[in-house]
Amino acid sequence: MKALHKLIEERVKPNFTGDGKLKRFWVVFDSLETFLFTPGHTTSKGVHVRDGIDLKRTMFLVIVAMLPALLFGTWNIGHQYYLSLGDITTADAWSAMFLDKILVGAIKVVPLIVVSYATGLGIEFIIAGINGHSINEGFLVSGMLIPLIMPVDVPLWMVAVATAFAVMIAKEVFGGTGMNILNVALTARAFLFFAYPKQMSGEIWIHNVMGSKAAGTLQMADGYTGATALGQLANTVGQPVNGEVSAGVMSMFADGGMFSFMNCFIGTIPGSVAETSALAALIGAALLIWTGIGSWRIISSFIVGGLVMGVIFNALGLNAYMTIGPVHQVVMGGFMFGAVFMATDPVSAAQTNTGKWVYGFLGGLFSIMIRVFNPAYPEGVMMAILFMNVMAPTIDHYVIEGNIRRREKRMTQAAIA
Amino acid sequence: MPAPVKTRKGLDIRLKGGAHGEPHGLTAPERSSIHPTDFHGLIPRMSAKAGTEIQAGGVLFTDKKHPSIKFVSAVSGTVQEPVRGEKRRILRVDVLAGGDGAVKHSALAAESASAEEVRSAMLERGFWPMLRQRPFDVMPSPESQPRDIFVSGFDSAPLAPLAGQVLAGRMDAFRAGLSFLNALLNGGKVQLGVRAGDGTFDGVSEAEITAFDGPHPAGNVGVQIHHVRPMNKGQEVWTVGMQDVANIGEGLTSGEFVAKRTVALTGSRSQPALLQTTIGTPVSHLTADRVLMEDTRIISGNALTGSLRGEDGALGFFDQQVTCLPEGDEPLFFLTKGWLGLGFDKFSASRSFPTWLMPKGKEYDLNTNNNGEERAFVVSGQYDAVFPLDIFPVQLIKSIMVGDIDRMEKLGIYEVAPEDFALCEYVCTSKIAVQDIVRKGLDQMIEEFA
Repeated sequence: MKALHKLIEERVKPNFTGDGKLKRFWVVFDSLETFLFTPGHTTSKGVHVRDGIDLKRTMFLVIVAMLPALLFGTWNIGHQYYLSLGDITTADAWSAMFLDKILVGAIKVVPLIVVSYATGLGIEFIIAGINGHSINEGFLVSGMLIPLIMPVDVPLWMVAVATAFAVMIAKEVFGGTGMNILNVALTARAFLFFAYPKQMSGEIWIHNVMGSKAAGTLQMADGYTGATALGQLANTVGQPVNGEVSAGVMSMFADGGMFSFMNCFIGTIPGSVAETSALAALIGAALLIWTGIGSWRIISSFIVGGLVMGVIFNALGLNAYMTIGPVHQVVMGGFMFGAVFMATDPVSAAQTNTGKWVYGFLGGLFSIMIRVFNPAYPEGVMMAILFMNVMAPTIDHYVIEGNIRRREKRMTQAAIA
Repeated sequence: MPAPVKTRKGLDIRLKGGAHGEPHGLTAPERSSIHPTDFHGLIPRMSAKAGTEIQAGGVLFTDKKHPSIKFVSAVSGTVQEPVRGEKRRILRVDVLAGGDGAVKHSALAAESASAEEVRSAMLERGFWPMLRQRPFDVMPSPESQPRDIFVSGFDSAPLAPLAGQVLAGRMDAFRAGLSFLNALLNGGKVQLGVRAGDGTFDGVSEAEITAFDGPHPAGNVGVQIHHVRPMNKGQEVWTVGMQDVANIGEGLTSGEFVAKRTVALTGSRSQPALLQTTIGTPVSHLTADRVLMEDTRIISGNALTGSLRGEDGALGFFDQQVTCLPEGDEPLFFLTKGWLGLGFDKFSASRSFPTWLMPKGKEYDLNTNNNGEERAFVVSGQYDAVFPLDIFPVQLIKSIMVGDIDRMEKLGIYEVAPEDFALCEYVCTSKIAVQDIVRKGLDQMIEEFA
C-alpha cells in the first residue's frame, strides 16, 4: 500500500495543489485521499495518543447498520410488485422469484441512492470548496437515509430537489455538519410531503400500481389501492368502531390479513423503501447499541413511549385505529426505522443523558399520537421526530439548568456554613 | 477509614512499557534547568546574572508580579544566559553544575512552625512554586489563603509510577511536609486522596485521608476535590504533588532547598526504569542509553497531559514520568490499519473496536497518530463517560468556545483544570483539542478577574 500512497502523492496530488490544473477540486481529492489513507498526522497539542475512533468509522458503521433494512427493502419492492400483479401469492412469498424481486427492487433503489448522494455530496463539495474546509462525513449517513424513507415510486427529480433543500436549508445555513437543528433526512421527506402533497399520496407505495391498473393487469382485490397500513387505518378515523368500514379495515390487521402482526414485523407490506421491516430496523439497532454508536437510551425510551401511547389508546378505544394492540402499533409504518436511525441522530437529538430519556419517550409517544389523531398525516414518526428535534435544546436546557442550580445551592450552603 | 469513593466514569489506557521494581539513583546531571513556561502566566525577572556562580538554593529569578516568590537553583554551578524565544520571552534558565555548598536557612520544626514562618520560608526558599491553586490552575499569589490543601496520593495516568515507588524511604519527609502545610491552613488538615487498598499511607495522621476506587482520572486532584469538598465560586484551594510534599518537609526541616524527584521512564520505546534524580534534570540525561531514539516522541509527563521539552529541555517541574512513544506519522491504508481496519492494535473506548473484548491484561503499543482529522462536534455522550465530575463537559467547552464568561462560571469552570479533560480529548471522535480550549477558558477568566 506504500507504493499506492507514493503514487498518489507524487503523480496525482500535484494536479490538485499549487498551480495544478485541478486545484479547484482540491476538496474532492483531499476527501478521497483521506478516505483511502488515514493521514500520517500526529498529535500536536494536548494528548499525545488518540483513540482509534473517528467520524469516518462512526458514520460507516451507521451505514452498515442500515444494510439489513436496505436489503430487505430492495427485496420487498419486488415482492410487493409481483404480489400486486398476482404473479405470486402470499403462500410462496419467500421462495418464488427471488432474483426477479431483487432486480425490480434494485432498479428502484439504486437510482434513488445515486440521486441522493450525487445531489447532497455535490452541494457539500461546493460549499466545502467555497469555505475552504474539508468534507465532514455527516452526509454519508443522510445520503443513505433519504432514499430509504422515500415512497417507492417517487420521481427522481423530487428526490434531488428534496435533498438539495435539506442539505442547504436544514444543514448548511446552520453551519454544516454538527450544527443542524433538524434531522437532514427527515427534512427532505417533510419537504416533499408539504411541497408535493398530491404526488406524495395515493399509489406510490408499490412500484407501478397505477401503470398496472391502467393496463388492467392488477390482480389484487377490488378497491386495491396500494395503500400502506397506516393509510388503511386512517380510513377508520371518524367511523364507528364496529361499523362496516372499520370491520373491513380491521380484518386486514387480524392474523392472516395483509397487515397481520407478523407481516408488519417482518415487513412484507407496502411502504417507503426500507421502513417496512421492524425486524431489519431492530437488527440495525442491535449493531448500533452493540458498538455504542446509537444511543440505547433514545432507542429504548422511544419504543417505550410508543407502547405507552398504544396502551392509552387501547384503553380509550374511540375508533378502530385505537384498538390496534400497542406492539402492533410500533411495528407498523416507519416507527421502528425512525426510532433506530432518525431519533438517534446525535446532532439533532438531546445531548444530555437525562435529556435523551425524555426526548426518546416523548418522540415515541407523539409518533403514535399524531398517527392516530391526524389521519391527514399518516406517518406520525416524521412529524414527531422533527418536533422533538426542535424541542431537544429546550429539554437539554432544563437538564443543564438543574446542574447549574445544584452548583448554586452548594454555594449558598457553603456560605451559610 | 470511611468507605472509598467509587468513581465509575473514566478510562485506564493500557500502554506498554510500565516501570516496575525499585527506584535507583541516577548520576548527577551536568546541567539543571527551570522552564518558567511550566508555571502558567509567569513572567520571570532574572536575579542571578549569567556567568556568575550560584549555590544550590540560590535565587535564579523571581515572579515579576509577585517579587516575593523566588525560584531557586537545584544545583550549585554557573548561571547561563537564559534561553529566549519570541519577544525575548525567557523559555529556560540553565545552571551548569560544578562547585559545592548550598544556601543554608534556619531549620523549622514541623510540629511547631507558625503559619507565617512556613509561608515566608516557602516563598524565600523556593518551595512556593510547588503550590498550585484552583481555580485557574496557576501558582497561588503570596497573600492568598486557601480553603483547603489537597494532595493526591496516587497518579492514575497511563504508566504513572506508584506512590510507594516515588515516596520510597521518604515517608518521614512526606509527613513533615503535611505538617508544614497544615500550619498554612486556619485549622483543619490537608486532604489526602489515596488509592483504595494502597498501604503506602497507613499511619499517616497529618492529613484527612479519603480513599478512591476507580479508573483514571480518579487520581487527578481535581476529581478528588470535587468528591470530597467541591469548590465554589470565590473559594480557593491549593494542590501539591506528593513528591513535593516530601520535598517541602525535608527542605524546611533541614533549611536547604530539596528538589528530589523519582521519575518513571516509561513507554514502549524505552527500557522502563525508576530513576531518582532532581527537578531540573535534562530529559536527555534521563533517557540516555535507555530509549530507542529513532521516530520516538519523548514526552515529559504522561501520554495524556505531558509536554515536549525541546532538544535540551529539562523534565517538567511537576512531572514524575517520562513517556517514550513511537511517532505515528505513517499514512494508514483504510482497510488494514486505517479507519476501517479491525483495529486489534488500537486501544479504544469505542466498542466499534475489539478493545473491550480483549483480556484486561493486554497492553497496547500506541503511537502518536491522530487517527483521523478534526471535525465538528457530532457524537454526544462520549465525554460524559470518562468525566467523573458533576459537570457537563461538552456544554462547558462550548461556552468557552463562544467566550461566554457567565455561562462558563455557571457550568463549573472554577473546579476544573485542563488535565481533567485529557480523557475527553483522548476519546473524542471529532479530534477536538479539548485541553487547549479549557486552558483558554481559564485564561479568559483570569483576565476577567484581573
